Amino acid sequence: MSILVIAEHDNSSLKTETLKTVGAAQKIGGDITLLVAGFNCQNAVEAASKVNGVSKVLVCDNAVYEHQLAENISLLVTELAADYEHILATALTTGKNFMPRVAALLDVSQISDIIDVESSDTFVRPIYAGNAIATVQSLDNKKVITVRTTGFDAVATDGTAEVINLDTVTDAGISSHVSDELTVSARPDLGAAGVIISGGRGMQNGDNFKLLDGIADKLGAAIGASRAAVDAGFVPNDMQVGQTGKIVAPDLYIAVGISGAIQHLAGMKDSKVIVAINKDPEAPIFQVADYGIVADLFDALPELESKL
Amino acid sequence: MKVLVPIKRVIDYNVKVRVKPDQSNVDLANTKMAINPFCEIAVEEAVRLKEAGIATEVIAISVGDKSCQEQLRTALALGEDRAIQIETDESLDALNIAKLLQKVVEEEQPQLVILGKQSIDSDNNQTGQMLAALTGMPQGTFASVVKVEGEKVNVTREVDGGLQTVALNLPAIVTTDLRLNEPRYASLPNIMKAKRKPLAVKPAADFGIDLTARTKLLKVTPPAQRQAGIVVESIDELVEKLKNEAKVIS
Repeated sequence: MSILVIAEHDNSSLKTETLKTVGAAQKIGGDITLLVAGFNCQNAVEAASKVNGVSKVLVCDNAVYEHQLAENISLLVTELAADYEHILATALTTGKNFMPRVAALLDVSQISDIIDVESSDTFVRPIYAGNAIATVQSLDNKKVITVRTTGFDAVATDGTAEVINLDTVTDAGISSHVSDELTVSARPDLGAAGVIISGGRGMQNGDNFKLLDGIADKLGAAIGASRAAVDAGFVPNDMQVGQTGKIVAPDLYIAVGISGAIQHLAGMKDSKVIVAINKDPEAPIFQVADYGIVADLFDALPELESKL
Repeated sequence: MKVLVPIKRVIDYNVKVRVKPDQSNVDLANTKMAINPFCEIAVEEAVRLKEAGIATEVIAISVGDKSCQEQLRTALALGEDRAIQIETDESLDALNIAKLLQKVVEEEQPQLVILGKQSIDSDNNQTGQMLAALTGMPQGTFASVVKVEGEKVNVTREVDGGLQTVALNLPAIVTTDLRLNEPRYASLPNIMKAKRKPLAVKPAADFGIDLTARTKLLKVTPPAQRQAGIVVESIDELVEKLKNEAKVIS
């Protein structure tokens, strides 16, 4: 069997989540090809060529792919699809955007957000915000799949794949990129961080999120937030961890002033170790936390920072 | 311009689902149902476009059995002008829903189709993008700002790491994210008025589309439960446990 994995990248680097999507492809089993579609994306291609388990890297380097516009990328993937039984993308905002378009153009269903592989046509995925787990069989001859990376291990990066440049240009000509407004941060991405510290409504305002900075610096952590904190306007939406935000599974997740609403738990309950700091001993977050401390966060955070 | 808003009837977001003992699916008997929250945002956006004088007619549409008329009536009470139910007793794959919607788009010729980005039951996040592919339209998914400007619509999208703005030729597809707007509540007079607004029922079988399922649900199980851990007494104890017991910090 042949599997095409579409690399998630920003032209200058390969997103680490791609390594986990390749991990999912290995679990399906077959010859794995990685597609890097971008513009001036040599660095991403170089990183892609080192991904273990990948035999070929297909490269489409053209301005029409610079911003990963779904209209253009989906045409490209559809054109390449004939040679593959499985087509996989990472279930991040880019993959979620173009992949159903690919599926519809190929006239097949998509299996979204898989967290496990049972066989080459049967996959496990969460439904109802993770409150139920479905095992789904695809009856299509071609499987179009997005992979939730928290379910799979990253592959190593000491491989040597053959790089093949394609000159395929697929420009739908119906959409264009206007601007990006990306959060600039020296901290790791939520999706890639080994440690995450998140604040909730208990933080009381956006300013108080600074209390998390020192701890995040010491632990090399990313900073997240609950939907309640985002809805209250404390912090921007790209920090949101939860069913409607980012789904994360770091080694250590520290929830500060977060009650533990079901929609937040859906985004972080696969973390290896969960710590909860909350002054309400009845908060549901304590039911999933490995270590809980009932304390006022305004006392606990400075103390924790000083003792790390 | 005409705006089409496909909506889905789902379990109310406050209700916790239970898995059936035979693992065939979740148990929805006697549960409270509602418009999918993301679809509600889509309805609101369409109504605001009409109030702003940009949209001339806003149409709600849903695919399902008779019970989804309840959600269509709610959409009418929120300000949609008329509604279409595509009637079927089957639970259809997103691709088949998109194919049915494609036929309606061909008939109604809307300039904008606004959908929720995903439904909170199947969590697929597919229908809008699939409809865009089938109709050949551009798509602005996970929208937090929608601005119609002449022959184009500018959509600001919630992406990993921040926001991306794209310009789409009309007609176009938009799928909503949470921050696009805050939906209004339907007033009692509007609920009464909605009862008299037109609601057309069209059997799915009349569309001439092969609606055979492409996926098979083999089983549904409850998620693995996490065991509650321990409550520590002090920050010192917490740091000690994280270092020596969990070994997640050094």
